[in-house]
Amino acid sequence: MNLDFSSNCPLPMEGGRVRLAHGGGGRAMQNLLEKLFFPAFPGPTTGLRHDASILEVSGSRLAFTTDSYVVHPYFFPGGDIGSLAVHGTINDLAVAGARPLYLSCGFILEEGLPLEDLRRIVDSMAHAADEAGVAVVTGDTKVVDRGKGDGIYLNTAGVGLVEPGVCWHPGQVRPGDAVLVSGDLGRHGMAIMACREGLELETRLESDSAPLWGLVEALIREGLTIRCLRDLTRGGLTSALVEIAEAAGVRITLDEGAVPVSEEVRGACELLGLDPLAVANEGRLVAFVAPEDASRALEQMREHPAGKGAAWIGQVESGPGFGVAVRTCLGTLRPLDMLNGEQLPRIC
Amino acid sequence: MKFLDEYRDPETARRYVQAIHRCVTRPWTLMEVCGGQTHAIVRHGLDRLLPEEVTLLHGPGCPVCVTPVERIDQAVHLAGNPEVILCSFGDMLRVPGSCRDLLEARAAGGDVRVVYSPLDALALARRHPDRQVVFFAVGFETTAPANALAVAMARRQGLDNFSILVSHVLVPPAIEALLASPRNRVQGFLAAGHVCTIMGTREYEPLARRHRVPFVVTGFEPLDLLQGILMCLHQLEEGRFEVENQYSRSVAAEGNPQARRLLEEVFEVVPRRWRGLGEIPASGLGLRADWGEFDATSRFGLDDRPREDAGECRAGEVLSGVLSPVDCPAFGGRCTPETPLGAPMVSGEGACAAYHRYRRLEEAT
Repeated sequence: MNLDFSSNCPLPMEGGRVRLAHGGGGRAMQNLLEKLFFPAFPGPTTGLRHDASILEVSGSRLAFTTDSYVVHPYFFPGGDIGSLAVHGTINDLAVAGARPLYLSCGFILEEGLPLEDLRRIVDSMAHAADEAGVAVVTGDTKVVDRGKGDGIYLNTAGVGLVEPGVCWHPGQVRPGDAVLVSGDLGRHGMAIMACREGLELETRLESDSAPLWGLVEALIREGLTIRCLRDLTRGGLTSALVEIAEAAGVRITLDEGAVPVSEEVRGACELLGLDPLAVANEGRLVAFVAPEDASRALEQMREHPAGKGAAWIGQVESGPGFGVAVRTCLGTLRPLDMLNGEQLPRIC
Repeated sequence: MKFLDEYRDPETARRYVQAIHRCVTRPWTLMEVCGGQTHAIVRHGLDRLLPEEVTLLHGPGCPVCVTPVERIDQAVHLAGNPEVILCSFGDMLRVPGSCRDLLEARAAGGDVRVVYSPLDALALARRHPDRQVVFFAVGFETTAPANALAVAMARRQGLDNFSILVSHVLVPPAIEALLASPRNRVQGFLAAGHVCTIMGTREYEPLARRHRVPFVVTGFEPLDLLQGILMCLHQLEEGRFEVENQYSRSVAAEGNPQARRLLEEVFEVVPRRWRGLGEIPASGLGLRADWGEFDATSRFGLDDRPREDAGECRAGEVLSGVLSPVDCPAFGGRCTPETPLGAPMVSGEGACAAYHRYRRLEEAT
């Protein structure tokens, strides 16, 4: 049996073109980062590989992150591009253990965007920022010709202050650690997919878009031994776990029955042939916690509104090798791997 | 979740597995026809639960895999026409044509849209009367009725900007071809439940009699598959070769008469080239002359000459159960989902994709 899986996948630069898969949070994007961006920006930090960079400034540790939002449609069940941009950036800071302080916001507007829509989006951003206790302190506006944008694109950058004593990253993860998620998975991705043209699924699904700093702060206050947090976005739980397993050189085993997925998400995924574990989220995190603190961490999460659906879904195991596997309801083991680009609905 | 969990119940699965172990007295080789079944088997690790005497081979029932390369090229060509909105099921977008796939055609500016039903493409045609909407109509008997319906509705609604690029294939002629091959090892078949939901079970009876092989029409959930395997093994052990129906909650002997009437009205049986397998007589569906106006091939004057697959992909051997994906020298090295050499590595129903996705890390787990 041929098991040489060295993923020696070249990035076709000459004559190649950017494909949607390059932004999908899976292998193709990993490849683009590793082959193009990391060599170009070797920088003093490891932030390119993580949700936020940690920068030492005059004795303080600042977390710095940026993210762009191109969601279509820009109003969707459970949120809009404005609140999403605030939540996404706050969450990247939060999972680095940083209290979010300030945000910037760049608006790229398409000629013809109704001003009323823009007002709703800006109000929603302001509300989300207020709610999370952060201030939008600088910004930029550009308008592009009609047809050159999807109504509105946003870019937000965020700065936060890392809490004393916090140093979470995949390198801290070790065998025995518990793997917890803060709630049920796949709501954001399926809510967006359901309202896109061409896939007229009738569901009442709403995005899970939500700020996670409050939840993270509660975990810090409890003094728990946390090894690593990651917010789950594109590529879902699968991408986050595979990245961590590869970075930490460990095996992660999940219990399929323990992974929380709502009936609506599961039903829509079964219908479309998608894996809910690889569907996007915008208000969920995965936590690696020392085994002795796992039960307390779970209780703490469940007491917080953003974590009331939290679950203990698996554990970290020692080698040989590294990767992620799910123990199925039949007791067999199924490996999980990052997708190559976006998930595409199947034929039949 | 209702209608799912009851077909994945671990305790019932264990009982089926025990019954399979008790039933088998010698080696048997079965083939599941449908790629959806292949993925369910590999995903849930069902093959790992079977006694070593039982070998499962994976069949040709992956519509994406068997769509001939000239059809992909035609779709890519259409996507390059600024007048055209090319609609497709998502699976087709990554399948390599002779020089590019539909994702690349989209990246190069083509208007390629993923839809879940041909009726969604029809709705697009109504919304964009100034554009030509083409639906890439691939698949087995399962997807053909919806495409026939879309064409019939387009005529009723007087839509002259809707057409379909047809690449429908039929299961029984492919099984006939497999059984007639001197390399055939298959002793019993799990027939595809969805195909039989439309077509019924009767067309398998002559095949079972002529080739003395059992058929069990089987569903797609773990318990369906285990029960289908058990039923097939019982027949083999008892020397029977009948057509049995495990998937009776969906399949009736006569199939879905309404869907079959519609198929009969719109489509006719034609010879069809299968990617990797070559031309199989009377193995496809094409639009009847009376519906020719909806045929994208003639509407756009597409080059319909067969094209050969270049390269080293051994899809034909994989699709006919002769070669296991992991025994292909290119598997996982030169051929991965990122750099596929052939369709079985990219399709959601391709056997190579199933092994790459679910077996790749097995050494590590």
